[in-house]
Amino acid sequence: MATPAAQRTARTEADGTPDTVGTTAYQRAFDAAVAADERVEPRDWMPDAYRATLVRQIAQHAHSEIIGMQPEANWITRAPSLRRKAILMAKVQDEAGHGLYLYSAAETLGTSREELLDKLHSGRQKYSSIFNYPTLTWADVGAIGWLVDGAAITNQVPLCRCSYGPYARAMVRICKEESFHQRQGYELLLALSKGTTEQHAMAQDAVNRWWWPSLMMFGPPDDASQHSAQSMEWKIKRHSNDELRQRFVDICVPQAESLDLTLPDPDLRWNEERGHYDFGPIDWTEFWEVLKGNGPCNEQRITQRRRAHDEGAWVREAAAAYAAKHTGHTDGTRTTGHQTAHETEAERA
Amino acid sequence: MTATGPATAPVTAALALGDDALVLSHRLGEWAGHAPVLEEEVALANIALDLLGQARVLLSLAGDEDELAYLREERSFRNLQLVEQPGGDFAHTIARQLYFSTYQHLLYAELAAGDGPFAPLAAKAVKEVAYHRDHAEQWTLRLGDGTEESHGRMHRACEALWKFTGEMFQPVQGLDIDWTRLDERWRESVEAVLRRATLPVPEGPRTGAWSAGAGRQGLHTEPFGRMLAELQHLHRSHPGATW
Ligand SMILES: [Fe+2]
Ligand SMILES: [Fe+2]
Repeated sequence: MATPAAQRTARTEADGTPDTVGTTAYQRAFDAAVAADERVEPRDWMPDAYRATLVRQIAQHAHSEIIGMQPEANWITRAPSLRRKAILMAKVQDEAGHGLYLYSAAETLGTSREELLDKLHSGRQKYSSIFNYPTLTWADVGAIGWLVDGAAITNQVPLCRCSYGPYARAMVRICKEESFHQRQGYELLLALSKGTTEQHAMAQDAVNRWWWPSLMMFGPPDDASQHSAQSMEWKIKRHSNDELRQRFVDICVPQAESLDLTLPDPDLRWNEERGHYDFGPIDWTEFWEVLKGNGPCNEQRITQRRRAHDEGAWVREAAAAYAAKHTGHTDGTRTTGHQTAHETEAERA
Repeated sequence: MTATGPATAPVTAALALGDDALVLSHRLGEWAGHAPVLEEEVALANIALDLLGQARVLLSLAGDEDELAYLREERSFRNLQLVEQPGGDFAHTIARQLYFSTYQHLLYAELAAGDGPFAPLAAKAVKEVAYHRDHAEQWTLRLGDGTEESHGRMHRACEALWKFTGEMFQPVQGLDIDWTRLDERWRESVEAVLRRATLPVPEGPRTGAWSAGAGRQGLHTEPFGRMLAELQHLHRSHPGATW
């Protein structure tokens, strides 16, 4: 096997002439790099379909981060203690930061943030359906952290080894923060569970409502998943939907026990033979309905997103006009410094 | 609650400064998910978090932070009316930030240089507030000197909030500050930013006509009661619970 450097040279110097079986030298170099678990970088040649798959996946991920801010932001103004309020604000801010990293990763593939936002707003691109469920009580903030961020981590940790460099690197940073979110959510639920009878009931109700939608976050079962096989071959995806779902269930069951909360599935039990928890059937009708737009909050989420964007148009235009007058650049909104995610080490320790 | 009985000077000042930070942080938190551009989601949350951190330290000097934030009635809050004003459009938020962060930066720099009880807090906060002030000034320039529409909106916002700026320089018991000098420096700074932003300096009165006073005396504007109702309702619905 060639050294990474040699591989890179092959990929950038290959002449592109089709060989006898119709693959170009570019394609062969790309295949070899992926097979050798090397990272594909923005300036390397890559097949169009690989680029399109990545853009679609990164865009959907970025959209999920920014739409995902809404259900939790719903509780920022009502958080019941100043400590919880700070944690929640920092979390929602982290999600905005994740959106920024991911739109930047998509830009390395030649697709601008504006273009992707336009596709989100016009319904041509999706975001994770989980955010089409409402946050009805304070405990939902905990359930989202524990289950939704938890499921996101299970999905995303393997993406830290994704074949596309900028995406993999963004995921390393994101996963670190998602695991804080997961722990904070767990800790929030624990406080409720150990609290008053009303608080315990609030926590149980939230877990009852978020459990099944969280399992659906891993996508349709393997036999119904359109994009899985090719993505696995390209090492954009490393494990099947069902494998990841099982991994998540296995993690959650003991955690639910420590929380003194039950999971709403009568079929949930340890299977000695498989070495995994068995769980009941998922209501895929609900999944497809929510995906189609019939979830409880689809309309509300996209309307708020569009409104924020439309109402902000004059601000972006002003920034662009000012930048053009004073610096010759046209993107005035990206020039303020000190916009890194807030340090909340004390809260996270 | 600790803040009953005759309030000592540091307690009065801690409540005034702490309530300013708490209330403005809450107002900025209302932007989450609504900001005009993703970078501002991050920036506004950053500022809100800095202010919330300051509020927690200051309120803890006066008593229990949660009791003070969640269980006081509207008339017991000592924040400026400026910071409780509803967000309005982005221009109103920036005008509010410009007026307040300039004040807070000048005030905290003085406190940090002194040896009073607030010096350690101010020394840390002044660095955060310098960024808040820079953020507000940069946006004032962009909006004032951006498009015709942004100029008009920023102009209206600066005018609308002008009448809340005089209150900032009412002496706060327990803070050893030359308030007249602070006001002069504030005016110089804000006027210079407005001029660079091609915005006129508002000419209206800087305080309301109502002689009963303002936020520092516990008299607030109507939107504040609704803001507190939202902030406090969950905490108050579960008396004695821990979160
Ligand atoms: Fe995230
Ligand atoms: Fe997260």
